[in-house]
Amino acid sequence: MLRFLVKRLLEIIPILLLVSILIFLFVHMIPGDPARLVAGEDATLEDVELVRKELGLDKPMHEQYITYMTNLFQGDLGTSLKTKRPVTEEIGERFMPTFWLTVWSMVWAVVVGLIIGVVSATKRNKWQDYLGMFGAVSGLSLPSFWLGLMLIQLFAVTLGWFPTGGMESWKSYILPSFTLGTGVAAVVARFTRSSLMDVLKEDYIRTGRSKGLNEHSVIWGHGLRNAMIPVVTMTGLQFGFLLGGSVVIETVFSWPGLGKLLIDSVAYRDYPVIQAEMLIFALEFILINLIVDLLYGVLNPQIRYE
Amino acid sequence: MVEIKLSKKEAYMQMTSEQMKTRTPFSEFWRKFKKQKLAFISFFLVLFLMILAVVGPFIAPYDIAEPDYENVLSGPSAKHWAGTDAYGRDIFSRIIAGTQISLFVGLSSVLLGAVGGTVLGLLAGYYGKWIDRIIMRICDVLLAFPGILLAIGIIAILGPGLGNVIVAVAIFSIPVFARIVRSSTLAVKSTLYVEATKSIGAQPRRIIWKHIFPGTISSIIVYFTMRIGSAILTAASLSFLGLGAQPPSPEWGAMLSGGRDYLNIAPHVTLFPGLAIFFTVLVFNLLGDGLRDALDPKIKD
Repeated sequence: MLRFLVKRLLEIIPILLLVSILIFLFVHMIPGDPARLVAGEDATLEDVELVRKELGLDKPMHEQYITYMTNLFQGDLGTSLKTKRPVTEEIGERFMPTFWLTVWSMVWAVVVGLIIGVVSATKRNKWQDYLGMFGAVSGLSLPSFWLGLMLIQLFAVTLGWFPTGGMESWKSYILPSFTLGTGVAAVVARFTRSSLMDVLKEDYIRTGRSKGLNEHSVIWGHGLRNAMIPVVTMTGLQFGFLLGGSVVIETVFSWPGLGKLLIDSVAYRDYPVIQAEMLIFALEFILINLIVDLLYGVLNPQIRYE
Repeated sequence: MVEIKLSKKEAYMQMTSEQMKTRTPFSEFWRKFKKQKLAFISFFLVLFLMILAVVGPFIAPYDIAEPDYENVLSGPSAKHWAGTDAYGRDIFSRIIAGTQISLFVGLSSVLLGAVGGTVLGLLAGYYGKWIDRIIMRICDVLLAFPGILLAIGIIAILGPGLGNVIVAVAIFSIPVFARIVRSSTLAVKSTLYVEATKSIGAQPRRIIWKHIFPGTISSIIVYFTMRIGSAILTAASLSFLGLGAQPPSPEWGAMLSGGRDYLNIAPHVTLFPGLAIFFTVLVFNLLGDGLRDALDPKIKD
């Protein structure tokens, strides 16, 4: 297990390095002079030069990269052009709301997705299966921002059960996490169904049934346990989908998280914040994938010896 | 007795005619595809949407740009089936006219991504070694930016606009296609007929395009169809966020975004464009599912 852990950790180092280079280059890829962008539209030529010196943009690229990385490890991500506050502070405040939103969305999506998937697989080609799978493909096809707006109109405005936006109490979580999790629940349901159907064809399931095990423990005890291995991997990948989706959902529900900050920053052309956000999202996604990979190793001993 | 004999003879004749019919891969596919009723219907609905995309602007009952200040934000009626928006423009006409935007963005971005990804996947899978390593690393890095974020980052660089949305969605489809094509290339590469072609001295370019590429095409088609739905969703989301199509364009995401301010008093302005997006994406997803089951049952979600 230790060797497997070390191997996986070593494998992500080149990716981390390349991601950091790409994000470092981000400001340089924007057409125009980055110093002028930072200094602002109506800055004088001297101001622009001053900013250039200050940010080290006059130095060669590799030196700039080393400075960028050194600052990064010291927790310095630059200053927001909009609020003039350190980017680390801006992002620090916004991190937890997004984190909890994605976690709650994931929890309900996995629970509901698993139940729909298992029911569909065991009632194959019956009405429960058709209903579950049609529901799942519909869930995949719903524009999340539209679903969010419709839920606001129905449950917040007309019925008044939940707030229309913001983050005040536990009630504020219900509508956004439901909206965000719908797509993931759909994917989990479809994937669980096909994975469980494959497993139910295996010999050990037939053995279990023929020795008189009740259907309940065949499916939940033996079937689902083995079907879960690919489902876990796929669910980890869906976290990326959630992080991306949070950008849209947070804008709909005025959620004070990273996603809304990103959209506001793109509108304001606040490049240091955009750059830092891309970094945070990528790091979070790489970390989650690593955890899922390790979990996969724990669940499936075969993979460790490959 | 006579009857039984006849039916036996009939059965025999049917069998021979069945056997005489040549089973081409296409007829085999068509036989399996027709069994998937939902996907079969979706196929015709996709055709319908494509026709609508071409003729839409000509058959729309009202002018899509002309404001009508006497009919602002009126609800659905016999005159305006989906009501009117904040400028009194007929929403139903605008949705019909917007079909071509969504289909064009979805198809062109996935096509660009599929072409780029296929070339990279073929190269990586066929040549292996350092070419494979470099291409797959690039894909890993692109895939490290979750979901729509890569597209938002690209738009932050290029600036908002529908053209840039197409580029952004295309780039974010490239690594996915590259991975799929690479894995089918690896499978086809080790088959006997490719070995045989290689041993009679065929050039790599010929082997790749004449012998390996046709073997990967069914998974490309399946994935292409499955991707269009999500590309349309992504593009609509970006327009909703104000990063894609700008008003007064009748793009569905932009229309929805415009209706947001009147959600309380006129929810129909938001409702109908959303239904149009949902219906279009659903039809493409159902078609993709059917194609997957008929062409390549190995691919799962």
